[in-house]
Amino acid sequence: MTKLISYLQYPFVRNALIVGVLIALCASLLGVTLVLKRFSFIGDGLSHVAFGAISIAAVAGITNDTLFTMIVTVVSAVLILGGGRYAKIKGDASIAMISVSALALGYLLTNVFSTSSNVSGDVCSTLFGSTLILTLSRADVILCITVSIVVVALFIFFYNKIFAVTFDEDFARATGTRADVYNYLIAIIIAVIVVLAMNLVGSLLISALVVFPAMSAMRVFKSFKKVTICSAVLSVICAFSGMVIAILAGTPVGSTIVVTDIVAFVLFSIVGKITEGRI
Amino acid sequence: MALIKCSDLTLGYENIVLAEHLNLEVNSGEYWCITGENGTGKSTFMKTVLGLRKPLAGTISYGDGLEKNNIGYLPQQMQYQKDFPASVNEVVISGFQGKTGLRPFYNKAEKEQARRNIEKFGLAELADRCYRELSGGQQQRVLLARALCATGKVLLLDEPVTGLDPKVTEEFYELIKKINREDNITVIMISHDLEACRKYATHVLNFGEKITTEEIKHD
Repeated sequence: MTKLISYLQYPFVRNALIVGVLIALCASLLGVTLVLKRFSFIGDGLSHVAFGAISIAAVAGITNDTLFTMIVTVVSAVLILGGGRYAKIKGDASIAMISVSALALGYLLTNVFSTSSNVSGDVCSTLFGSTLILTLSRADVILCITVSIVVVALFIFFYNKIFAVTFDEDFARATGTRADVYNYLIAIIIAVIVVLAMNLVGSLLISALVVFPAMSAMRVFKSFKKVTICSAVLSVICAFSGMVIAILAGTPVGSTIVVTDIVAFVLFSIVGKITEGRI
Repeated sequence: MALIKCSDLTLGYENIVLAEHLNLEVNSGEYWCITGENGTGKSTFMKTVLGLRKPLAGTISYGDGLEKNNIGYLPQQMQYQKDFPASVNEVVISGFQGKTGLRPFYNKAEKEQARRNIEKFGLAELADRCYRELSGGQQQRVLLARALCATGKVLLLDEPVTGLDPKVTEEFYELIKKINREDNITVIMISHDLEACRKYATHVLNFGEKITTEEIKHD
């Protein structure tokens, strides 16, 4: 405990905790929708795209790589999700194609053009998250906080519409809701979250942030509102405790958070079995 | 003026024509059953009327004050709805979605109407239950309550009794009849149940070699 308090003296530790918690919160909000739309791997797919984009940015010498990555990822997300159920290539196949292409291209470019002496080290930290979260600049922190507030605000504002479009897209369309607009909105938000979350858990582990809190909440709660609130709270708690454990025990931040999420899932599954939906 | 008017409609997918020269007028208060083999264009017709698909040719016009966000629809159940964590309340009130525009939350009148619809279909005790845990018949009543939040004029149903047992099916038909007669809501239903069609419908639209319409006289 004293160790933790002494760590908290450092501003970069506090920043990391704030940013991590916000990213986890945002990721979990859309989790329910993505899980239910059978898009669980969207986070994974998009993070591979982001990985490719970062490599291209590095090779091309683009200085503002976060912005570049965000734009590329948003465009890919729109392509994947926007087509919806009427797309020619169905959801999971298009995700698989776009993501592996980006991953391969990214690694190839990094390998061929890299100026760094430690290519596999760089790649590894992009894939599994690095200590990057502890070295965030003030600008990064501000960007992250701003984007998180926008995401949460959009989610609350469009909550009922997101519910309607997720539960029954055809009905929503038939009764005059502009489902396409909301599909694009969901796609854009998730892309932005993925780019932010790469800092926290790395591109291979993002799906965990999206999927686990939602799945855990669904074990116990039976209404959309309760599931959403529960998964948001759970995600924040897991991210926070995961980071604290990582800092104290010196373990990798990303994987520690994911393990915390897994533990929570197991606990919730047990609770769900005991209560049998009486909550 | 007709509620829904189809003029020289051609239905189908990109290069497959399912039905041609479909002319139809549906008037307020009527009860239409749509019958025919699978793959003859019944569902496509319904989706076209709903605006989910564009007709290959011809036009559909709404009259009698019917607006796009004023149509109630009871779709065929999709697989993923079956594990959706949503309470009966949440599902029913989402029927108002098309009418809220950019307003983020439902207002008092909408909440009140949703509650009334829930009671009307005998779902009051299930209001906080999870949709996926209900029986097939209860689920259909929930979707019916939702559809009636969306409309006061016309209800389109796509094979609503599939998978229901005979007793529940009969109850469901009676419910539709009641809505049609007492609330004067026009009903358009896709059905394989020819006997029920003759018993309840005022008109039958049959997709076959040729598209035929028939008016059924009830004594």
